[in-house]
Parts: sequence; C-alpha cells; structure tokens
Amino acid sequence: MGVATPERTVRKALGELQRPAERKTKERVFRFLLFAATVVGVVVLGVLIVSVAIDGVPRINSTFFTNYYSRFPERTGIRSGLTGTLSLMVLTASFSFPIGVGAAIYLEEFAPKNRLTDLLEANVSNLAGVPSVVYGLLGAAVFVYLLDFGRSLLAASLALSLLILPVIIVAGRESIRAVPQAIRQGGLALGGTPWQVASRQVLPAAMPGILTGTILALSRAIGETAPILVVGAAFTRRADNVPWEPLDSFTALPIQIFQFVSNFQEEFRVDAASAGIVVLLVVLLLMNSAAILLRNRYSRRW
Amino acid sequence: MDRARTAAAPAEAPAAHRTGVAVEHAEQRPPSDGEAVFAVRDLTVSYGSNPAIVDVTMEIRRGEITALIGPSGCGKSTFIRCFNRMNDLIPTARVRGEITYHGVDLYGKGVDPVEVRRRVGMVFQKPNPFPKSIADNITFGPKVTGMKFDPDEIVERSLKRAALWDEVRNKLDDSAYSLSGGQQQRLCIARAIAVDPDVILMDEPCSALDPIATGRIEDLMRELQERYTIIIVTHNMQQAARVSDRTAFFTAEVESEENDHRFGRLVEYDLTENIFKNPQDSRTEDYVTGRFG
Repeated sequence: MGVATPERTVRKALGELQRPAERKTKERVFRFLLFAATVVGVVVLGVLIVSVAIDGVPRINSTFFTNYYSRFPERTGIRSGLTGTLSLMVLTASFSFPIGVGAAIYLEEFAPKNRLTDLLEANVSNLAGVPSVVYGLLGAAVFVYLLDFGRSLLAASLALSLLILPVIIVAGRESIRAVPQAIRQGGLALGGTPWQVASRQVLPAAMPGILTGTILALSRAIGETAPILVVGAAFTRRADNVPWEPLDSFTALPIQIFQFVSNFQEEFRVDAASAGIVVLLVVLLLMNSAAILLRNRYSRRW
Repeated sequence: MDRARTAAAPAEAPAAHRTGVAVEHAEQRPPSDGEAVFAVRDLTVSYGSNPAIVDVTMEIRRGEITALIGPSGCGKSTFIRCFNRMNDLIPTARVRGEITYHGVDLYGKGVDPVEVRRRVGMVFQKPNPFPKSIADNITFGPKVTGMKFDPDEIVERSLKRAALWDEVRNKLDDSAYSLSGGQQQRLCIARAIAVDPDVILMDEPCSALDPIATGRIEDLMRELQERYTIIIVTHNMQQAARVSDRTAFFTAEVESEENDHRFGRLVEYDLTENIFKNPQDSRTEDYVTGRFG
C-alpha cells in the first residue's frame, strides 16, 4: 500500500500470469483421465442394468410375484424368494439394530479408556472385513447345529446379523461422535445422568445417521448369497416364509436367481433370472433411496 | 477472604476517571451480608501434572453476582467448572483443596455430581440448545430430575423469567435452532432456571453475542439475581463492572522458564466497586486500566 512498484516488475509479473501451453495440455490430459476413472464404474454398471432390464422386464408380470417355483418356465415365480428375503430383512434388522446401537453407545459414551476397549474397537473394525462366507460357516456351526435352530430363517438371519453388526456399530459410532460435546455438557449441567443424556439427547440426535447406516448395511445383507447358502437356504420352497415362522426352512431372492441361472433352459437362465435380478435391484434401490432421503431430510448443521 | 470496606468518598472520583470503567450499580445496591453459598479453601486444579489454577480461597455469597475476570489462561473457566463438578468429565482433571456448598464438601465422599448439578445450573460460552423444540428444551431438565410439573406452566414461567416469552410464545414447538444466537442463549438460561437451581454459573455467556443481545442478557442477570446466586466468568471488564457485586481478579503466571505453561492465581477479590476504583494490587490496577499486555 502506497509503495510504488517499478513498471518493469509489474509487466514481468503480468506475463507470468499466463499459463504455458505445455502445462495446459498436461492438465487437460489429467483431467480427462480422472473423469474416465469416475465414469468407468458407472458406465459398466449402467450397461449391465440395461441389458438385464431388456431381458428381464418383459418377463415380469403379476404371476411372477404370486407363483412359487415351477419347473415350467412360464409358470415359475419368485414368491418364496421374495417373502423369504423380506422376512430375512425384518428378522436381521430386529437382531442387529438394537445390538449394534447398544454397542455403539457403549463404545462412544461409556467405555473406559483402557486396553480392553482398544482391543474391542480394533476388532469391531476388523470384523467388518471378514468374508461373508466365514459368517455363513459360523452361523452353520453355531446356530444350525450347536443351538439346533436347523436350516431355518432364524439361523440365516442371525448369521446375516453377525455379518452386518460391525457395519452398524461403526456407522452408529460415527454419528454418535458427530453430536457436539456441547449437547452432552448442556444435558449434564441440567442434572441429567449420563444415561439420560445419552438416551434422550445424544441418541435421538444421532438417529438419522444410525438409521442410514443400518439401511445401507441391510441392503448389503439382502444381496448376500454365500452365508445363507452355507446356513442352508433351500432352493425351492412351496410355502411363504413369514417372520412369524422363524424356524421354517427358507429361500431368498439371490438363491432363486442362482437357481434360475443354473437351469439349462433359456427361459429360466436368461428371462426368469434377469427378471429376478431386476426385482432384487429395485428392492435395493428403494432401500438406498430411503437411506439417502433420511440423510438429507434430517442432516443437521450443528 | 472478604476485604469489604466502606469506600472513601473523596478518593473515588479521580480513581473512576483513571480506570475509565463506569461502575453503575454497585453504589445503588449494597452487597448483601448473605451467608456463603460456596466456600473455597486452598483450591488447586490440575490437568495431569499441569496445574491450571492454584491455591484459591474465596467465598461466594448468596444472592450476589460474582464476576471472575482475568487474562486468558488464568484458569477462570476451570475454576467455575469446579462449582458444578463439570471438571469431572475431564479424566485427567484433579481437584485438591476444598469447596463447600452450604457447608457440605462438594468433593466429599458420596457426593453425586448429578445431584450437585441439579442445584447448580450452568450456561455455556456458546449457546447450546438441544436440537429439539423450544418447549422440549425447557422440559428436559424437569423431566430428568424427576420434578412433578405442568409442562405448559413451567415452559411459560421459565421463558418469562428469561425474558424470552413474548418472542417465542407462538412458536414453542419450533426448533430451538430457529432462534437467533441471543435468543438461544436466553433459552439456555430459561432451561437452566426451569429446574429451579440455587446457583447459576455463567461461563462467558455473552462472548458469542452482539452488543444488543449482550445488553439483554445483562439486564436479565440483574433480574435473576433476586432469586439466584450467580457466578459469571467474563473477558469483558465493563460487563463485570456493570453487572457484578463482587469481582475476583485472577492472573496467569508462567510455571517455569523452560515451558510456556501457565496457571492461574487469585490476585484480588473484593467488591466490584473497589476492584475497579481502588484496587489494592498493582496487577489488578494494570489489568482494569488496560495497561496489561
């Protein structure tokens, strides 16, 4: 301010403001590569969805939902798979949500800072990376045989609960941690006990985030085939598996799709399988949009 | 540690001129001879091995507004958080010495901090309403403390006492976040008085507010003084001079040459009038006249 700059220096500085052409091209190339990296996954998925939809959508009619499996391709349906999947989701959610939220509250709000807690935390994160088939084997060993639940809806949903529990715990902890300390202090300063403050202020404030995480975890579980196969999903099932018969044997959408694909007839292998995939994708997308809706609706700026 | 004196009238005028800080109401409102609500003896608070405030001895009297002033790092916030045991939330904090509350050792065996906080409310530096409706913010305290209450009545009474009722009476179910910063802070005060505490601690309650909102909070404090004992931490000396009956001046001392760790010490505690017009300690004088740092 007030100090005169020699004219020469100014002219030189202005010259430097322009980007050299070589650097410009380099930048363009990089930007294109980054864009390509972004697009490649989406494009492949898009092509896949479109081709599946072309094969599958014409096959979808009302009897496809209401019929059980049939060896005649034009009469086959996904009723048992769809009801099985929905039952699995209801049961899995009702096991994993309370346990996961409880663990998240404990770890964030009450756990003492010691070696045991560190160990617990590290292992919860590790569990999230365990392959799903391992959970299936664990479920088979513990729930099917040891606890003698049989190859049932209950055993499968418990195995799936174990699978998604770490994800729910991690998501829950993150949303609980995002609740500002000032809220806790305010509650405690009013004479609330730590439990009252956690349950009446922190948990409700964190709930949208927890629900979003839970729905996303469930939508991962819905597509899992390996664990429920190991636990013993049936291929065919001539009954509705509803949650109030949890000890019944069951099948699920991915299992049915697998079964369609394994058939040599093209009406099964291509048409019915694609139609099943479309239904599964629609269910998944609905769940994910619910999660996004929830997140946007209740997202808070503290 | 009370060094209350009768002010020498002739010495006053030039002193007031010197400090440039108006002491408005100290003359109108002679401090009460109320009993001590808190008696602090040789209190030292440390975080780990670092002391934050050392050897404080003072009494807080019923029905008065006591201001805690001093430079940053003098431990005033640490000190005020001893009165409702908020320091318990910091695992490394250690309190030595004694604070009695109506004669009972606040840090004695078997004293439940939750019970302490039901009697000693607190308003924080930044307004921290709960992410709920205005009415829910008020009723949270009465609910968790197990009071028997009529929600409508307690909401109206608390908001009236906090001078917020007229502004929010038609939107009690709106989110507390829809209020302005100053309104949020008055809501936090309303929330604190809903449980009918004995003492209200205020940790720089106006530092996030504009001058108009600050003025309203200060007016409110004077009204609240009739029912509650108030302790306020403030960076603003004018504010201390305007609202408080007694003022405690703390200073920050450097622990050693090697590190820059500071800890606080009580320098002078007296009627606010004396602190600003006739300080006994040269450090107090330097601070209140703005010659500090």
